[in-house]
Amino acid sequence: MSKHHLGEFEEIVMLTVAILHDEAYGIAIIEEMENRLGRKVSIGALQTVLRRLEKKGYLNSQFGEATKIRGGKRKRYFFLTMYGKKVLAEVKEQRTNLWNAIPEFILNN
Amino acid sequence: MNGHKLKPSRWLLRFFRWYCHPDYQEDIEGDLMERFENKVEEKGIKAAKWGIIKDVIQLFRPGIIRSLEGNYQLNQYSMFRNYFKTAYRSMARNSLFTVINVVGLAVSMSVGLLMISFISDLLSYDNFHEKKDRIYRVITTSQNTDRPPVDLASTSVRAGYKIKETISGIEEVTQLRRGFGGDAEVGESKIPLGGLWADNSFLKVFSYPLLQGDPATALLEPYSLVLTEKSAKKLFGKTDVLGEMVKFDDANYIVTGVLQDIPKLSYIKFESLVSFATVEIQMPDSEGDFLGWSTFTENYTYLVLPKNRDLQTLQASLDQLCAAENSALENQKINLSLQPLDQISISNIQANELGHTMDLTAILVLVALTFIVILSAGFNYTNLSIARSLKRSREVGIRKVIGALKRQVMMQFITESVMISLLALVFSFPIFLFLRGQFFSIHPSVAELVYMDLNTGLILRFIALAILIGLMAGFFPALFFSKIKSLQVLKGVSSMHFFGGVNMRKSLIVIQYVFSLIFITTTIIGYSQYKGFLTFDLGFTTENIVNIKLQGNKADILVKKLSELPEVSEISQSRIITSLGMQQTTQIIYNDPNDSSSICKNTVDEHYFPLHKHEFLAGRNFRHRSENAQDSEVIVNELLIKRFGIGDNDPKKAIGEVLTVDGKKAVIVGVVKDFHYQIVQLSIQPFIIRYSANPGGYLNAKIATKDWPATYTSLERAWKEVDNVHQLDVKFYDDQIEQAYSPYAMMVKVIGFLSFLAIFISSIGLFGMVVFTTETRLKEISIRKVLGAGDGNLIFLLSKSFFFLLILSALIALPITYFFFKKVVLINFAYHQSIGLVELLAGFVGVLIIAFLMIGSQTLKAARTNPAQTLSDE
Repeated sequence: MSKHHLGEFEEIVMLTVAILHDEAYGIAIIEEMENRLGRKVSIGALQTVLRRLEKKGYLNSQFGEATKIRGGKRKRYFFLTMYGKKVLAEVKEQRTNLWNAIPEFILNN
Repeated sequence: MNGHKLKPSRWLLRFFRWYCHPDYQEDIEGDLMERFENKVEEKGIKAAKWGIIKDVIQLFRPGIIRSLEGNYQLNQYSMFRNYFKTAYRSMARNSLFTVINVVGLAVSMSVGLLMISFISDLLSYDNFHEKKDRIYRVITTSQNTDRPPVDLASTSVRAGYKIKETISGIEEVTQLRRGFGGDAEVGESKIPLGGLWADNSFLKVFSYPLLQGDPATALLEPYSLVLTEKSAKKLFGKTDVLGEMVKFDDANYIVTGVLQDIPKLSYIKFESLVSFATVEIQMPDSEGDFLGWSTFTENYTYLVLPKNRDLQTLQASLDQLCAAENSALENQKINLSLQPLDQISISNIQANELGHTMDLTAILVLVALTFIVILSAGFNYTNLSIARSLKRSREVGIRKVIGALKRQVMMQFITESVMISLLALVFSFPIFLFLRGQFFSIHPSVAELVYMDLNTGLILRFIALAILIGLMAGFFPALFFSKIKSLQVLKGVSSMHFFGGVNMRKSLIVIQYVFSLIFITTTIIGYSQYKGFLTFDLGFTTENIVNIKLQGNKADILVKKLSELPEVSEISQSRIITSLGMQQTTQIIYNDPNDSSSICKNTVDEHYFPLHKHEFLAGRNFRHRSENAQDSEVIVNELLIKRFGIGDNDPKKAIGEVLTVDGKKAVIVGVVKDFHYQIVQLSIQPFIIRYSANPGGYLNAKIATKDWPATYTSLERAWKEVDNVHQLDVKFYDDQIEQAYSPYAMMVKVIGFLSFLAIFISSIGLFGMVVFTTETRLKEISIRKVLGAGDGNLIFLLSKSFFFLLILSALIALPITYFFFKKVVLINFAYHQSIGLVELLAGFVGVLIIAFLMIGSQTLKAARTNPAQTLSDE
């Protein structure tokens, strides 16, 4: 078991940030998740997780340029840190290992 | 699309910004806005607005909310901690100034606390009545032609009836009447009991809870008696007394109720209530004018109005009623008006008050005086703080360079003054407790008037007062410091105009001393006037005379018993005691039947004049006549002869002239020299003295020994043989006179105390200033000394400016006081002492001596220091 524990929602958020690459800011992440997974995400839930992940060092962020929409407020773009990428890879590997360990006949019912 | 509708509500964003962690605020707000804008296009404005509300609420969670010790607030908090720390350090470093400030504020604040608790009690009078907001008292304004109108707390019985009968829209009318009283006979024992007559509505208007009996009927039937718990115990020794009989003057009363004891903060106080129906039966027989429109001295009317009753229309109805009734009166107008219950305890009325009240003017004067004393302590703080600015300006300079705003510097100094003021509150509290005890003992009526008990509300008010005083005292120093220019301070102290505040400081000192001097001079003049009243030559002697109140007993047995006592050398009798403010009047006519006049009178026996050593100008004393003989002789004073022009104003020729006294002829047999029938603040009026072998009222006994306790015991023994029910009421004439002037004594005491405080506070303030000045000028003094200045020179140099201020204060204060007494106070007194130079200057000299001791000691200390020490420490 790795020392890095990642919650399900945290994992999804990190993956989405990775998908969006340079365009991962709050609303974009929510919309991406809604489109791909068909689940409702509130700003509150998302933002809390983003900040938590940032604090843990999995994510980093920087401000974009101010535009006229959004009440003139700048966007904050999130991206994966090296550490974050490593953690994601680790999680994926763990999952793969788990999948591989399942006897084949169980899934082929 | 129109603009503003597309924006989320501002309070929502403000709420968000308030709670959101500042680091996250911008981008999340941007997200919120973007989502809002998207939603407006997709689902319309309404859904978008709901959506953003939901989002903002969902964002309100631990990860997003700023921490409680978050950025900005942490800043404020640590600044405050810093203010406290610097305040504490500066207080500890300048312990003398701290002590002066705290002591001055504590002393003055304790008086403030006293005032607050006193006034709080007065304001909570009658708060226990359930209908207190709707209860009104009917008051009477009576105006006789050519005289100013008089406000009276009482009304006529007729007015009470008429209001009840003719005016609609009044929930309840109740009448009460004072003067019920006598010896209550219960079985064999006789106990004096007083009370009020009250009609059956009384218990509906006022909330005096009945322990026993039915409030609806307790005061309905004639001869019903409602006792308080206390008086029930007094009469019966128990409270379970419903249905018992009590006898007053051969009439039997039935106890129909027992009330809970009357709260102290009740304006109406009584031992018992007797049904008004009783007086309705009794009075019409004994007093023909019971129902007269102008018989308004004994009776009181209270109303309960329905909610929202229009007072103007009610007043109009009262006016109408008065107009109808007044048409039958000659030379007199009587008007009725309403007074709310909560204005009774502090009011400017009035004659015939039923309970204790406090005069509004007196309260305002007391509040003003207290305020002045507190202000004086505040001045000390202001003065000393600004004087010390030299030492603290560097601190302020550095704070400003680092980035402190004006507002923050002000905040710092205000914090400091509030801290000092709260500290002073702690010390003032024990002083307040002590003063409260003194205040109660100042006059017996004070303890009956108020409790001044502590409660939470009161304590909160105390703290509020302390904070307010702190704010006031700290305001000017804070303003001063916040204006300091950091560049100047840091460049070098010498380049600054530090003494810019000098003129203000000087004027504050002058104001302090002006008030102190006015206070002390007022006290001294007031005291000398008061002493003057007591030792005033009344025109007869009061020395060693005691007056014994007969309390309804037959005089002759008592006279016989007393005259057997060796301690008593002479005895006389009189209806009233003169010079105390008591009076009786009678109608006098001389030759002209149209010229009748209401003249003061007394009725005495033949021993009265010799005993009091009245001086006869002409004629003789009364001769003894038996009780039944027709009394046809009068003795008059000089002014009476002048009033009627009898015998060409010659006392000798007036002897034998005949007056008509109350419709009967009486011969003038003697003329006495004018003496003071009234208290001496009123001028002497004409008066007559009539004769009776048994005038009733008082015995006047001349005491021959100095051993008063033994004499009292003998007097009491003699009294007990005659009257077992009542206590002996004997007082020295001189004490009674002192009693008559006790309001003045009270005033002198209060103002004297305040003047002591004012002088104390301004003296310690001056002391602080002197210490400060000598400290800052120590080098100058040393150099002068090196150059050859003597001690005397130096003291003169250092103290002259202070003495100049004192003399300036005296030049302002003394004329003000003098003219205040001359033009405002003493014109109310027909006979008074003139204001001597001694009284006027004594206070000033005293203050000057105190100041001299303080200034002298400090400057001498400075002048005596070795110049080598001060000059070498560079």
